[in-house]
Amino acid sequence: MSERPTYTPFHPRWYRPRVSTWWWLKRPSSRAFILREVSSIFVAWFVVFFLLLVAAVGRGEVAYQEFMAWAANPSIVLVNVVSLFFVVFHAVTWFNLAPQAMVVHMRGKRVPGKLIAASNYGLWVVTSLLVAWIILAGSR
Amino acid sequence: MAKRATLEPLLWLLFSAGGVVAALVIPVLLLLFGLVFPLGLSPPSHEHMLAVLGHPLSRVTIFVSCTLLLFHSAHRVRFTLYDGLQIKHLNELIVLVCYGGVLVGTVAAGYLVWQLP
Amino acid sequence: MNDRITMRVARYRPEEEDEPTFEEYEVPCHKEWVVLDGLNYIKDQLDGTLSYRWSCRMGICGSCGMTVNGEPKLTCETFLTDYAPGPVLLEPMQNFPVIRDLIIEMTDFMQKLTAIKPWIVRDEERPLAEGEYRQTPDELSRYQQYSMCINCMLCYAACPVYALDPKFIGPAAIALAQRYNLDSRDEGSGERLDLLSLHEGIWDCTFVGECTEVCPKDVDPAGAIQRYKLDAALTSLKSFLLPWGAG
Repeated sequence: MSERPTYTPFHPRWYRPRVSTWWWLKRPSSRAFILREVSSIFVAWFVVFFLLLVAAVGRGEVAYQEFMAWAANPSIVLVNVVSLFFVVFHAVTWFNLAPQAMVVHMRGKRVPGKLIAASNYGLWVVTSLLVAWIILAGSR
Repeated sequence: MAKRATLEPLLWLLFSAGGVVAALVIPVLLLLFGLVFPLGLSPPSHEHMLAVLGHPLSRVTIFVSCTLLLFHSAHRVRFTLYDGLQIKHLNELIVLVCYGGVLVGTVAAGYLVWQLP
Repeated sequence: MNDRITMRVARYRPEEEDEPTFEEYEVPCHKEWVVLDGLNYIKDQLDGTLSYRWSCRMGICGSCGMTVNGEPKLTCETFLTDYAPGPVLLEPMQNFPVIRDLIIEMTDFMQKLTAIKPWIVRDEERPLAEGEYRQTPDELSRYQQYSMCINCMLCYAACPVYALDPKFIGPAAIALAQRYNLDSRDEGSGERLDLLSLHEGIWDCTFVGECTEVCPKDVDPAGAIQRYKLDAALTSLKSFLLPWGAG
């Protein structure tokens, strides 16, 4: 602080601390929040990875095999393991927050939050099974 | 009197839709194509992949999903840059980079699903 | 079990110093004492110059919000024994300018509360002869949760968006707006939308959720904001796609 402005009883000098760049490290809830937000980077990585797969499939059998070999690379596997963690973290935090964001009234009563969250998780399971079936069926 | 944020509601809707898509389908797809197939279980045949991805419904779904996922990612990255790194004064640059990225990705996705045989 | 606990209290005397300092006080640590009891003991017995706000000492007036060991709390609802053996760090509520010691400047908050029109807005008032506006218990339940706010500002202290951008209208103001928007007697949601659809309105919020975590009355402002975002977004979309209809 440089020179002190004149203090009078009618103009008290308020103290306003600056927010540190590392504010989010201070509390566990803030750290979890930033982790959740950072998961979006791994969503973008997935789009890139998946589009590379689509491109490879489009180019032919050889390109497809080459893509699989590339994906088996230890560094790519590591990236995908980390991505999987973050994407699952995103899914769990998203579904857990759904009851707060979505209030449904049926016959005048509010549907309990747990039911909303449970139906979201249920949808997740059904969708995953459906996608897996589409991909795996016919690969025998 | 400040301006209403006219685009913000739409961007938020796209972000939310993208978030739902991300939560529902990425885990299973990343598990299969990122880990299971490259490392263990033999991947689906190229024929099958071509049939699945090349189906018109798949093409549209992939294109729309990728667009939504990119919007989700860009929106969150934008706000994380505001709040995490406190660079809100670089607003114009951030918006350009984030949503510009979405545009690039969307065009790429569109091209790739269109050119599938 | 210790019967004393150290309270490390932030002091700020603008007439003497540029920045806050800390002073330590040893107070009795009775089983039923809350942090506010400790503060009152300090003021009565140890150091009468300590300044802080409090009133009802039972979690309804919203006066005694402070930062206890880094977390926003009502000092009348926080037990000293939870922090044994101590020390307990006591600072003013975060994200507000500090006037003195533990007292913060709250004009910004008061202005935001009034700005969202926290009253029943009607297109046309019914004449008195027709009697009161009636409401069923179900209609009441739609907004009752958001009417529980005691204006303690803990949600503002917890909100990282408000910390970084004091122009953000904040959790309590939006929850209060929702209390009226969802009230069956109110017809003012369009007017409130004008203010809340600004960047510093609901769109600055990133659903951190801290506000709901610290709220002593379970108002769930984060939920109110997210619900409002959906409403506002759909209203925007409708007015964009169907401009001839009323918003």
